[in-house]
Amino acid sequence: MIRFEQVSVTYDGAAGPSVQGVDLVVPEGELTLVVGPSGVGKSTLLGTVSGLVPHFTGGTLRGRVTVAGRDTRTHRPRELADVVGTVGQDPLAHFVTDVVEDELAYGMESLGLPPAVMRRRVEETLDLLGLNELRDRPVATLSGGQQQRVAIGSVLTTHPKVLVLDEPTSALDPAAAEEVLAVLQRLVHDLGTTVLMAEHRLERVVQYADRVLLLPARGAAPVLSSPAEAMAVSPVHPPVVSLGRLAGWSPLPLSVRDARRQAAPLRDRLSSVPASEGARGSASRALPGPAPQTPAGLKYPASSAFEARGSGGSAPGSGAAPGLLARLLGRGRPQPAQPAVPAEPAEPAEPAEPAAGETARARNLGVRRDRTDVLRAVDLAVAPGETIALMGRNGAGKSTLLAALVGTLPPATGEVTVGGRTPHRTPPPEMVRHVGLVPQEPRDLLYADTVAAECAAADSDAGAPPGTCRDLVAGLLPGVLDDIHPRDLSEGQRLALALALVLTGRPALLLLDEPTRGLDYAAKARLVEILRGLAADGHAVVLATHDVELAAELADRVVILAGGEVVADGPTAEVVVSSPAFAPQVAKVLAPGHWLTVGQVAEALGAEGTR
Amino acid sequence: MTHPASGSPTGAPTGAAPAPVPPARRSGPGERGSPRRSSYERWRAPLGSRATALHAGAWWLWALGLATAASRTTNPLVLGLIVGVAGFVVAARRTDAPWARSYGAFLKLGLVVVGLRLLFSMLLGSPIPGTHVLFVLPEVPLPAWAQGIRFGGRVTAEQLVFAFYDGAKLAALLVCVGAANALANPARLLKSLPAALYEAGVAVVVAMTFAPNMVADVVRLRTARRLRGRPTGGIRAVLQIGLPVLEGALERSVAVAASMDARGYGRTAEVPPAVRHTTTVLTLGGLLGMCAGTYGLLAAQGAAYGLPVLGLGAASALAGLRLGGRRSVRTRYRPDRWGARAWLVAGSGAAVAGLLIRAGGVDPAGLHPGVVPLVAPTLPLWPAAAVLIGLLPAFVAPVPPKEASK
Repeated sequence: MIRFEQVSVTYDGAAGPSVQGVDLVVPEGELTLVVGPSGVGKSTLLGTVSGLVPHFTGGTLRGRVTVAGRDTRTHRPRELADVVGTVGQDPLAHFVTDVVEDELAYGMESLGLPPAVMRRRVEETLDLLGLNELRDRPVATLSGGQQQRVAIGSVLTTHPKVLVLDEPTSALDPAAAEEVLAVLQRLVHDLGTTVLMAEHRLERVVQYADRVLLLPARGAAPVLSSPAEAMAVSPVHPPVVSLGRLAGWSPLPLSVRDARRQAAPLRDRLSSVPASEGARGSASRALPGPAPQTPAGLKYPASSAFEARGSGGSAPGSGAAPGLLARLLGRGRPQPAQPAVPAEPAEPAEPAEPAAGETARARNLGVRRDRTDVLRAVDLAVAPGETIALMGRNGAGKSTLLAALVGTLPPATGEVTVGGRTPHRTPPPEMVRHVGLVPQEPRDLLYADTVAAECAAADSDAGAPPGTCRDLVAGLLPGVLDDIHPRDLSEGQRLALALALVLTGRPALLLLDEPTRGLDYAAKARLVEILRGLAADGHAVVLATHDVELAAELADRVVILAGGEVVADGPTAEVVVSSPAFAPQVAKVLAPGHWLTVGQVAEALGAEGTR
Repeated sequence: MTHPASGSPTGAPTGAAPAPVPPARRSGPGERGSPRRSSYERWRAPLGSRATALHAGAWWLWALGLATAASRTTNPLVLGLIVGVAGFVVAARRTDAPWARSYGAFLKLGLVVVGLRLLFSMLLGSPIPGTHVLFVLPEVPLPAWAQGIRFGGRVTAEQLVFAFYDGAKLAALLVCVGAANALANPARLLKSLPAALYEAGVAVVVAMTFAPNMVADVVRLRTARRLRGRPTGGIRAVLQIGLPVLEGALERSVAVAASMDARGYGRTAEVPPAVRHTTTVLTLGGLLGMCAGTYGLLAAQGAAYGLPVLGLGAASALAGLRLGGRRSVRTRYRPDRWGARAWLVAGSGAAVAGLLIRAGGVDPAGLHPGVVPLVAPTLPLWPAAAVLIGLLPAFVAPVPPKEASK
């Protein structure tokens, strides 16, 4: 269906080709997943299919791409519109009209289909994607998941032979993602549509794939193979594959169901290990206060799921957690004015609040927006050194809770205190020393032309000594150049920079909104390490996330929100294991045992081995 | 659009909308369930949906009718009545869609216009001779070459009243435009354009969606400034936010353009060269003809051939547009239908305009209350009654559904 012949793409001004040596045929009627670390040219490869590369983006395409027999060199994107449907990462950038129904019809109008056909297909698509309730709604008023479904629907109506999707589920909550994926599978199975999809969150999609197109590294020739073969060698893979590799299962399981079939012996072995030992990693980190971390807790292993860490040189390994910030801040400044911090790893680096109390507290918090209660009667206490994951479907009020904690939204009822202050009444320059928020789009925090200028501004904003922020950036992610424009950074680098800007004020409470959106596994592993280090320093971390694997790795506590209310609040293992939507893959495979991550399993097996 | 059987015939169909009961069909409370009810049900305004939606053009014609009426009078009482009529219809029939929230902005703009008009009149004086001096502003002496311009000086009641009447007229015009904006989705109107103009229209609509997006960007970036501990006000903040906002707008426009291209925007059909050339000749010739015709009409001589040339030009331009539409392969998905209700809405606006133009001829004094000497304006009865015809849409236009407003 899609034929690549010796394709390479070089963007203008780039040193080397983004993609090269692509020579393969994507078979008709199959779901092909494009897999690889970020920056290897997945989006470029997808763009060549719709013709947007190079007709729209510029650059040079060598070789030939044909879709359903049409050569993309001679056919512009608009002339391919009836065979290729494209959905990008941001649904809002995709919409041309303003009402759902018109949006679904737009592509068909462009193709000049008869009105009767258009009407029938719109109705079919509304049913297929469950959008009938929303048909008259302006697209701007929909939630993120609904928007993504409308975007997919809007290209489905033209009945394209090929559907190209670039990270279609990265913005969705687990349930909405399942819904979208189920639709895609139905298209492949029933209608014979060829689907080409790139996605970072492999745990969601890999079991649906018929083929995997693996791009191992930038400029390396991609390999098309069966999912199991690809996962056996892929540098990026979901937890269930890591577990399979760890346990030596063959064939390698790709779905929870496959893994459960082979997991009985492992479950038996693990049941002999006390479950508390397995879950101790998170349990010991949950201990509030400056109490020195027990060695067992600190030796929380760098999980085998993240052997692909790479990317950065001096990874602060497993033992380096405590005093990370202290070391970062202490480094590069000789001695004066600062009592020797790095010497005592157990001593938290000047947490802004004396650890006795709680870092933040919301009592009976309510927030209203346009006559609707976005939050209602929320009670939440955050202890120093604690990591909390806020979960819940899109629009459940996660971001609003973060905004209330940081003071950008005033509470309608109840009260919020962070570090003894009321956030929305405290002037911003003072507030940044108590609480910092990394927004969903880290770019919003960046104004300056270069990384160096950005860091200098952050230092003066927070009243920190010059160089503080730059040292933080270097510590979080080595290799970010001083004179690069923030826009040219990769997603992971940009997140690290935003995190450094926020940490310059040394807030006791750190809030992150969807931090793993667009991050590959390596960048995610890096983030996990950083956040663990910060928590060990006594920072409280609250993250709003859809990423169940991240929550399982990091969080001591999980708070689930629904309709603006807290519906569950407790230790991660207890809340998450029983939940169909929020359980990580390892928990699903090893249920009823309380195992959350491959790291825990590896540690337990290691302990068992030495016993 | 059937009403629940338990409801009384006079009950309001939805909470927000007033009971649309045509007086002629009001049945007594005891007549529940009488045969009359079915015809009442039939004529009652339906619940708004895609199928029953009123043609966007009807709303614009109605609003333009009211605006025409407003332009024919300076009587503040009649102008107030027009604004009131427009406001009532908007309150009764607007949805909660993003474009429907513009009415308040237009009202404020109208007030600003009145205020500005008064301010300028005070500062720059006015040719209106007045005897009631209210106060005297210090006059700025201007050099000889600026003679005829006054800055400061006497302020009379007459000149202020005149300025107020004038400003109120402009404000009423603005409010009428705002009402059309709030009631009709601008993108829908686009669907009624000739095919040849469609692409230009899309550009306009996409451009219009950028304003709200940029406002959202500004809000988001101001919040982000707060997160960095910087003040959110002040010139520096505006400058620092401005660049990212523009950058964002540019990036978004590129993304939308890519999406439109990938979805087939701008596909054209093959047309024989003869048709293409004819289209060019017809359109260009038509436009030239219209220019010449207009010139003929306006010039001292030549009115005799002005009108026919104008007519010919318009006809040939229209034919050109129609022929040009052949190049476009676009079809239209569920365009708004022009039904009886659309006629009623558009007709009510036209009636108001026509009647006020007529009233201006019959009773100019009533519509233009005198300023010198100063008299209190009175409400002319018949023009006022004519303006009330403009309320018709509040009863015949489809009622916006509750869900759509949530």
